[in-house]
Formats: sequence, structure tokens, C-alpha cells
Amino acid sequence: MKQIIQCQLNGKPVELVVDVRQSLLEALRSHGLTGCKEGCGVGECGACTVLIDEVPVDSCITLAIRAEGRVIRTIEGESINGELSPVQQAYVDAGAVQCGFCTPGLVMKTTSYIEGLAQSAGGCCQSGSNGINRDDIRREHAGNLCRCTGYQTVVDAVEKSIQYYSGQK
Amino acid sequence: MFPIDQYHRANSIEQACHLLAENPGSKLIAGGTDVLIRLREGKSGFGSLVDIHDLDELTGITHTPDGMLQVGSGVTFTRLINFLKSDGLLPALVEGASSIGGPQVRNMATLGGNICNGAPSGDSAAPLLVFDARVTLQSQRGKREVPVEEFYAGPGKVHLEEDEIVTQFSINPESHQNTGSHFYKYAMRKAMDIATIGCAAACKLEDNRIESLRLAYTVAAPVPKRCRVLEEQVIGQPVSRKLIADIASMVLEELSPRNSWRASKDFREHIIRTLADRVVSEAIIRAGGQL
Ligand SMILES: Cc1cc2nc3c(=O)[nH]c(=O)nc-3n(C[C@H](O)[C@H](O)[C@H](O)COP(=O)(O)OP(=O)(O)OC[C@H]3O[C@@H](n4cnc5c(N)ncnc54)[C@H](O)[C@@H]3O)c2cc1C
Ligand code: FES
Ligand code: FES
Repeated sequence: MKQIIQCQLNGKPVELVVDVRQSLLEALRSHGLTGCKEGCGVGECGACTVLIDEVPVDSCITLAIRAEGRVIRTIEGESINGELSPVQQAYVDAGAVQCGFCTPGLVMKTTSYIEGLAQSAGGCCQSGSNGINRDDIRREHAGNLCRCTGYQTVVDAVEKSIQYYSGQK
Repeated sequence: MFPIDQYHRANSIEQACHLLAENPGSKLIAGGTDVLIRLREGKSGFGSLVDIHDLDELTGITHTPDGMLQVGSGVTFTRLINFLKSDGLLPALVEGASSIGGPQVRNMATLGGNICNGAPSGDSAAPLLVFDARVTLQSQRGKREVPVEEFYAGPGKVHLEEDEIVTQFSINPESHQNTGSHFYKYAMRKAMDIATIGCAAACKLEDNRIESLRLAYTVAAPVPKRCRVLEEQVIGQPVSRKLIADIASMVLEELSPRNSWRASKDFREHIIRTLADRVVSEAIIRAGGQL
């Protein structure tokens, strides 16, 4: 049940051969993009989070054919010429990466979160000024499980991401 | 890979109806957050799929100037929440929708899928019941409309024929205007958990007396359930702490929570009474009542 689909993958137009029965996670991984991880395979852990048209979804419970005509972002596209994205740098600096299995999914979720904040604040996104507190951050990341960090450093990383992102802009 | 034997993409409601009629035994897939889990678990009955994900005809939300609200079955919870919040509508439904899964799940999961899977725990069910929502069904044989309350048939079952598709949910102006409403989901975790008990209330007051109270529970009976007898009894009563205590003590008469590994019957009964108090109180306060 193979099909060829066209989409934009990390900024480049691509054609992917996918099986109708495949999840987007399986399709991406078999295409060599092994950054997105399978933690649970049933939508519980968020390790497989990718952005479809800038919206974070669990790629393990998304059919691959849904990527047709869409813009897909995965962790592989976030660093540019070896330079980490503000969110990636924030995760490193906050010590929010231990075993790292949850990290690609978390980074994608945080990325869409802070880009969304920046948009709704008219291009500026500052912690405090738009009233983001640690509870909001936790609620926004409730679909991502991490077995190592205990989440404090993840929340720190998201706060740092907001700072770095607004500093960069 | 998911064990899918047959897959058809529908590009319109009409085509979806046609595909369902042509391929008996097929199931619709919308967000897929239930269907794909079942397929992965190896459950039978989902091998032949008709895909209605993101159909334009099913993803509209309209709120007419007179207050009629129509929500397409394919609207995701994220969109529903944003729409209702920005118009300050149906707080209980916003709360119900916000308690579903986590953000990634809400970005995919649809209102139609949440009701059509028939789960006694569906978090949009109690809010839809207290707003007297109606569901529109379509097939090649025609259209019909039924109250969501009557659409539920049993645990995991709804009155949906094999060739039918749910197209939209409608809520009349008088069911949500000048109304205070609240939903609370009691679960073991703050997110990503199935409700132990869910409770929604919608209340209209006149001179601090109950003009109407609608109260509904999930996981408290084989199907999401309204407390009709109690609702009748409180009409016209002045709002007071005593009334709330009476409601909490009466509420179990119409419900039949069960034992499961998630929670015992006794514990569920306790939560049901506690939520009757909290949720009705909050709905009354939101309706402008004094307690
Ligand atoms: C990790 C995770 C967490 C979850 N948490 C919650 C939660 O907290 N609360 C909760 O209530 N649910 C929860 N769910 C369950 C599920 O996400 C919801 O029930 C969701 O609303 C289903 O919608 P869907 O569009 O994904 O349905 P699908 O999987 O596409 O379909 C579900 C069922 O409805 C039928 N169907 C879908 N659309 C139609 C239609 N238009 N007409 C007729 N039949 C139709 C399908 O044939 C299928 O039987 C969770 C699921 C996951 C994976
Ligand atoms: S692997 Fe997709 S949510 Fe866990
Ligand atoms: S760092 Fe190990 S799971 Fe999060």
C-alpha cells in the first residue's frame, strides 16, 4: 500500500515513499530522521513530537500520509550550520538533558510554544511581561514525559528559551 | 505498521457516506487518536478505514448573532477551546475540552471522535449534555438529529448506523445564554489521565432562585448521564448552602458508579457527592448567584 507524498521537510521540498499503514514516526525514521523517538507508540509520552504546519503532534499516532502537502519540522532541522537553536541551547544550559530520549520531542514542543507566544505578543516574547508562569509552562508540556529530570530543569529550560528567543529577535 | 487492510480517503461528506455504504464494516477515522491506538492494540473491527480527517465541511464553527452554536464534528479540541474562549462561550465545554489528554492530543483529537467512541469517560460528554447539545447524522439515506444524551447506547456504544457519519453538534441559544456553567474532571493525575468521575453543571437563576439546573456526570453510569429527577426537584428553590447540601445528598439516586481497578464504587460515590457540591456551587456563582 505504498504511496508517494510530497511535503516540505525541515525547509526542503521532498518526495517520500510511504506506506498507508505507516505512522509518520515510522516514515520519518525509515527516511533516516531518527531524531524523533518512539517512547510509547500510543500518544502518551510526546517523545515523537514533530510539527505539522507548526502544530505539535505525536507522530506515532499520525498516519504518514497526513504529511502530504504539509510543512514538517523535526529536531534535525533545528540547528543551523552546527549552531543550536535558542531552545536547544537553553536545554543544554539549563541541564535539562539527561538520557536525552525525551529531548527531541520536548524541544519541538517548546519551540512551537515560544514561537506561538512571540506571535501572539506581536513579535516580542518576554517572560514576565506576558505573564507566563511555571504552571503555564508545565500545562503546555503536559504531553511530554521525562523519566530522568523530574521536570524542574525542563521548566528552567523553557524559561531560558523564552529569554534567548526574545534576545535573538 | 498499523494493521490496516483497506484505506479510503473521503474528500466530502457525500463521498464519506458513499464509501461507508460501499464498504460495509468500515470505520471512520477523524483525528485517529482512538482508532490508531485500537489498531495498535490489535483490536478487531478497525481494519477498513474511511478517512475524514480535516474535511473542510466538518471543521467549521459558527456562532450566529442570535446565539445558535454549531460545531463541526471534525473540529479539534485546540480549535474549539480557542474559539469558545475568544467569544467567552460555554465555560464548561472549554473546561471539559481542556482536560483532554495533553496539547499534542488536543491538536488532533476531534469532538466527533470523543462522542462517537461512546466512552463513558469522554470529557466533552458531560458539558455537551448540560448544554442540551444535539448531534446531526448523515448517510445516503438522509439526515437526522438526536440529542447527544439519547445518542449514547451503552459503554463504548452509540446509536450510529454503519453507514452514518456525525457531521455536527448544535446548541440552542437558550441552552447557554444567561447561564453559569462549570465542569470538573477528577482524575489521579493533573493531565493525561482518564477521568475517575467527570461532572458538569449549567444553571440559570431568577432572583437568586433556580430557574433551571442541568447536572451531568461521566463514569458514574454505563453512559454519560443527566440527573433528570434532581433537576426537576430543584426548580424554583432559593439558592442556599442548604440547597447545595440537599443536591449532594440526592445525586446518587440516579447514578450507578462501578468498581474498577481505577477506583472503588465507594470512592466514586464520595467523589460524585463532593463534585455535586463544588460544581453546582461554581455554576451558581457564575450565573450571578449568591451563596
Ligand atoms: C494519550 C491520549 C490521551 C487521551 N486523553 C483523553 C482524555 O483525557 N479524555 C478523553 O475524553 N479522551 C481522551 N483520549 C481519547 C481520544 O483522544 C478522544 O476520545 C478523541 O476525542 C477522539 O477523537 P478522534 O478524532 O481522534 O477520534 P478517532 O480515533 O478518529 O475516532 C474515534 C471513534 O469515533 C468514530 N468517529 C470519529 N469521527 C466520527 C464521525 N464524524 N462520525 C461518526 N463516527 C466518527 C470512529 O469511527 C471511531 O470509532 C486520549 C487519547 C490518547 C491517545
Ligand atoms: S511515542 Fe508517540 S507519544 Fe510516545
Ligand atoms: S532526559 Fe531521560 S527521559 Fe528525559
